[in-house]
Amino acid sequence: MNVHSKHPDSIFTGISLKRRSRKHLRSHPIQTAFIYIGLTLCALLFLIPFYIIVRNALMTQLEVTSFDWHWWAKEPQWDNLNMLFNDLMAPMGSGLLNSAIIATLTTIGQILFASMAAYALARIPSRWSQPIFFLVLLTMMVPAAVTFIPQYIIVSELGWVSTLQGIIVPQLFSSCGFACFLFRQFYLNFPRDLEDAGRIDGLGYFGIYWRLLLPNSIPILTAVGVISFIGSWNSFLWPLVVGQDPSSWTVQVVLSTFITAQTINIPELFMGVAVAIVPLVILFFFLQRYIVAGVARSGIKG
Amino acid sequence: MSVSTSKTVQETRPAARPTVLSFWRRAPRLRRSAAFWTLVGPLVLGLLVFVYIPILWGLVLSVSRAQSTIFPTAFVGLANYRAMLLDPEFQQSLVTFFIFALFIVPLTFVLALGLALLVNSAHFLRGFFRSVFFLPTAVSYVAASIIWRLSLFNGLPFGLVNMVIGLFGAAPISWLSSPNPPWYWLVLVTVRLWLQLGFYMIIFLAGLQEIPQALYEAAQVDGVSSGWKRFRHITFPLLRNTSIACLILLLIAAFQAFDEFYNIMSGTGIITTRTPLWYLYVVGFNSQDFGRGDAGSFILTAIIVLFTLLQGRLFGFGRSLE
Repeated sequence: MNVHSKHPDSIFTGISLKRRSRKHLRSHPIQTAFIYIGLTLCALLFLIPFYIIVRNALMTQLEVTSFDWHWWAKEPQWDNLNMLFNDLMAPMGSGLLNSAIIATLTTIGQILFASMAAYALARIPSRWSQPIFFLVLLTMMVPAAVTFIPQYIIVSELGWVSTLQGIIVPQLFSSCGFACFLFRQFYLNFPRDLEDAGRIDGLGYFGIYWRLLLPNSIPILTAVGVISFIGSWNSFLWPLVVGQDPSSWTVQVVLSTFITAQTINIPELFMGVAVAIVPLVILFFFLQRYIVAGVARSGIKG
Repeated sequence: MSVSTSKTVQETRPAARPTVLSFWRRAPRLRRSAAFWTLVGPLVLGLLVFVYIPILWGLVLSVSRAQSTIFPTAFVGLANYRAMLLDPEFQQSLVTFFIFALFIVPLTFVLALGLALLVNSAHFLRGFFRSVFFLPTAVSYVAASIIWRLSLFNGLPFGLVNMVIGLFGAAPISWLSSPNPPWYWLVLVTVRLWLQLGFYMIIFLAGLQEIPQALYEAAQVDGVSSGWKRFRHITFPLLRNTSIACLILLLIAAFQAFDEFYNIMSGTGIITTRTPLWYLYVVGFNSQDFGRGDAGSFILTAIIVLFTLLQGRLFGFGRSLE
């Protein structure tokens, strides 16, 4: 039933990041050497902050603040991890849990609602399609961060301040527009024959959406989903505004409170940074192709 | 429509009465619009409640007095807008944005394009380098702010950058606490560069792949051998749409800067680095003045729209939207 190649690079027509052969354009060995020296230097620069996280996370406070520079901990302090999770001032455990719940639900909700609407807008004829699509497009133009005060007012009116749904729901919808736009483009090009075949086999509108469109759009759903998950996990201003009670703090808010604390235990804080980054780095390594395809698409957004 | 003529469609659940079922079967149009609204409903409802109503409510509050309450207490006309525009702190935040954009937009643009060209011309380990440059995209602004503020640029001799300049015999610099010279700009610009360069590099890479290879071959035939000439006359002009998209995205992102400014600069005693969004946060949540906060939101929205249109006009919007 797979009409589209699973290869994520090809999920958006016309964009492929695969190399094309350029044999005919000879490059000199010296030129190649310069390219690789440049690339290596840049790569080292880009990796320094990651190295710093691990270095600081495994040191003692004395080592980190020592005036002679140490490249690596004498004895890796894995105990910093215990200290981090037992810190009463900074609820790291509940922060991680909150972030995981928020990012997961935001992602699922966004993909579900956006793809449902996109299918209807692309494939079910209605005189309301145009006005609704316009309504969706318009939210893409509204910069999400600028609406945070008006949105906070609704959240507080609903009594959702310091609740997870207060963080999830508005965040979910304010970036749903772009997802819906992308999915609609994709469904417009979905082969009609397949849809007709499904209908002959007795599928209704929902059956076609659930059994045909969703399974065949997994690459694009994954691309949008991963980007939305990363965005949600890393977002700071909105969770800071809504999550006023420490029980509703996300990882980012917990980390931020460390900075302004009276005394900072640097290794503990960097252990916190490591813990907050690790899930995303893992996700990134497994799904990088999808993220790249999704980001490449956003240049066309304009 | 083939939809209306297909008779083989079966209802998944048996209806209670045969009359209702047969009516349902004979009314494809009704069924179609029921399906349409069920599928579109959640998104439309969500957008109305969480995007459109907040904006309308915000508009009402922006012309009202709403101090410490989210309900309008008195109509004040454009007083909130006036107060906001004449507020020196708000003006200062706009100046901060201008300075920031002046550095971050061209720097990201040039460096991301450079990285994309470098990666694009590599044959071996291409994917590895792309991943390394793209990896910071997964890191949050808060985490990066911590690395920059407390380790790389902490102003003490054990900060990495001070250690490195110490090797050349320079005295440690307190990056974040001296307003003059404004070293904190170096911290704020580099942190964002690290975080966003990979993202824009990927966009440029996608743009580079779109350029027809035949053009380079034609140039080769015509005797254009220098890499710079190829870039100047083929690559760069053909990246036009990508470049415009990147500039607009960069400017909008810079305008909404908050996370790294808040986390790096709060508590340093330098308040001239408040970005517009940070100032709105202060007005809305520290002073609980939602009327003025909302007025500020709409002023910022107007500025963003104006910028986007202006940029579109400068570089030709019509062509970027093709």
